[in-house]
Parts: sequence; C-alpha cells; structure tokens
Amino acid sequence: MRYRQAIALLALVGLFVALYLWLHALGFGGAIKCGASGGCETVQTSPWAVFLGLPVAFYGVVGYLAVLIAALVSLRPAALAQPGWDRLVLGLASLGVVFTAYLTYVELFLIHAICRWCVGSAVIITAIWIVSIAALRRPSPPKSPEPRTDRVA
Amino acid sequence: MNRFYVMVGVLAVVLGIGVFAMLKTGGASASDAAAGPPPTVVDDSFRGYTLGQENAPVEIVEYLDFECPVCATFATLQMPTITEQLITTGKARWRFRDYPLPIHKYSRFAAHAAQCAGAQGRYFQMQDQLFSHHQWAQTGKDPSSLFRDLAQASGVDLKAYDACMEAGRYAGRIEYSRQEGEQRVVDGTPTFFANGTKLFNGLRRLPNSDDFKSLVDSIIAHSPPKPAARPARR
Repeated sequence: MRYRQAIALLALVGLFVALYLWLHALGFGGAIKCGASGGCETVQTSPWAVFLGLPVAFYGVVGYLAVLIAALVSLRPAALAQPGWDRLVLGLASLGVVFTAYLTYVELFLIHAICRWCVGSAVIITAIWIVSIAALRRPSPPKSPEPRTDRVA
Repeated sequence: MNRFYVMVGVLAVVLGIGVFAMLKTGGASASDAAAGPPPTVVDDSFRGYTLGQENAPVEIVEYLDFECPVCATFATLQMPTITEQLITTGKARWRFRDYPLPIHKYSRFAAHAAQCAGAQGRYFQMQDQLFSHHQWAQTGKDPSSLFRDLAQASGVDLKAYDACMEAGRYAGRIEYSRQEGEQRVVDGTPTFFANGTKLFNGLRRLPNSDDFKSLVDSIIAHSPPKPAARPARR
C-alpha cells in the first residue's frame, strides 16, 4: 500500500509540473519561470515542443493523470491484493520513461538547452518507475477470505 | 488511509495555487536574470558596439543608461547630426558603453534587451527603438512585452531574443561595463570621453552636436600628422 501511495503522490506532483508547462504552451501567463540559467523558453519554443500536433506537455498531463487515477483506484480495499494494478502502473511509467529519454536526448543533442521543469519531470517519472518495480517485487499480502470478482483488464 | 487522502488533497491545493501563482507572475524570473545585477562580473573582451570607421582619429566613448531621459534626448536630437557631421565623414568613431544607474528599475533590463538584439546584429536598431519609444521609462510598468515588440520591430528573431533575455546572457557584460565606468569616475549619464579624456566636466547643460564638432575638429587640428603609410612587410 505504501508503494501505491508513494506513486500517487509522485504522480500528483508530476501532473502539476506537466500542467504548468502545458498551460504555458497554450499561452497562459508570461515568460516561463525557469531561473537564471534559462533553457525552458528555448526548449518550449523549439520545433520539438510539439509532438503529433500537440504540445509535449499535454502528453505529460495525460500520462501523469492516468498513473494518478490507477494508483488511487489501486488503493481501494478491494484492489489492494491485486497485482494487476502494479503491472498497469509499471506499464504506464515505462512508457513515460521511454518518452522522457527521447525528450532528454532532444534537449541535450538537438536543442542544446535543458529545461529545469523537464528535468524535474524526468526525475519524477523515473522515481515512479522504480517504485512500481519495487511494488511488483514485494511479497504478496495474504488473500482476503472473501471471494473477489473484480479483475483488471 | 483517510490521512493519506487528506494529504493528497492538501498537496493538490498547494500545487494548484503554486501553478496559478507562477502563471500569474510569469516572466518575473526572466526579468530578474536580465534586470538585476549578476552574481558574477564577466569580462568577455567586449568593449561596446561602435559606429564609425576603425581608423577614425577621434574615438568618443559614451556611457549611457537606457532609462535616462537625458540619454534619450541626446540620442534622438543630437546623434543624427553627430552621425552626419562626424561619424560618416570618418572624423570620429562612437563607442557605446552601458552604465545602468541604480535609481532606474529597468535600466539593466533595457541594456540587456539591446545586447540580446546586438547578438543578432541589431543593436543599433534596438537602441533606436528604446530611445524613440522612451515613454516606457516614465510609466514604471514592467516593459518586458513592449521590449519584445520593439525587438521584433528591430528585426530580431524573438525565439533567440527570449532565450537570451530569460538566461540573462549579457548581465555579466553589462555589469563589467558599469564597473569600468565607475573606475573612470562616470558620475551620471550620459558621460563622454574623447580619446580617453573625460569631456564637458564644467558644462551645466547637455552637450550638443556643435560642441562635439568643435571638440573633434580641435583634436584633429592639434594631432600630429600621421606618418606616411609604409608598404606592408610579408
């Protein structure tokens, strides 16, 4: 349960990071808050800031929201003993890690600028991925005496 | 379990307020980087943008503050004549150095905007824009958006300009120029030097184009004739 709670909290933080970047990409607010080292505006205004016609941050919002919902649903008493939720979160986190790796490559080698918010998001999704692996490897809790009918697809 | 959901709720509210506040005050960090004094002074060997020929007999160095109304008056009223009489004729070369005064809130920011435009070969166009639309210096409002418009009107690529301003790329250079002026006892703006000598110390008014013409002609008249050019050795 602790692992799933940790994942939910991490996903919540990641969701707001992605939400901020997405709203900025949509034109809300002024220049992005990035500190003196800069880089965020360069990344945000580069051609790679849009993926399949949508701001990259939008995929972050959707991804973190999916992880958050999965983590919260998996905390229901009926779902606590079901490892399928951990597999689902691990799958979502793996997708996020792969996408983040691609974006980090683009920042380092194509744009030559690093956005702190992107680094923050990369740390969060990597942490979720690690915790979701740990959640899958933990010993299974004792089964409830009541029969369960709900399953994760 | 209930405590956990309370924690999630509180965290969501705190993060939501944080995002809202950042969107509401967007741009402040970028302003800080370009508008405030930098943590370090950078000598990047840059000694100011110049107008005129390299071999002009007189070099005038002007320490200016973009928010200073007198500098704006001088730039808009006197410089066109000075350019015509002294610079394009090859008599004088003009070097612009930044001397942002601490009493001016956006003076460093304006100097930085000019430097970021200069990085794209548009320093003088941006300087013209900043001085000819000088009402920004009287409103006290954050001029970030106006400066972007002025940069665009100067032919600057805004993506590169935004990145430059956000990073405060030339803040160290501007501070170096200011400290250089301090060492040369610049006590206000604009302050002028001709071939290294401070000008118009006792003058109680803003020098005009006639003052500069007399000065430059006098320096040239009293300069020793240049030796005849010798063929270059190989």
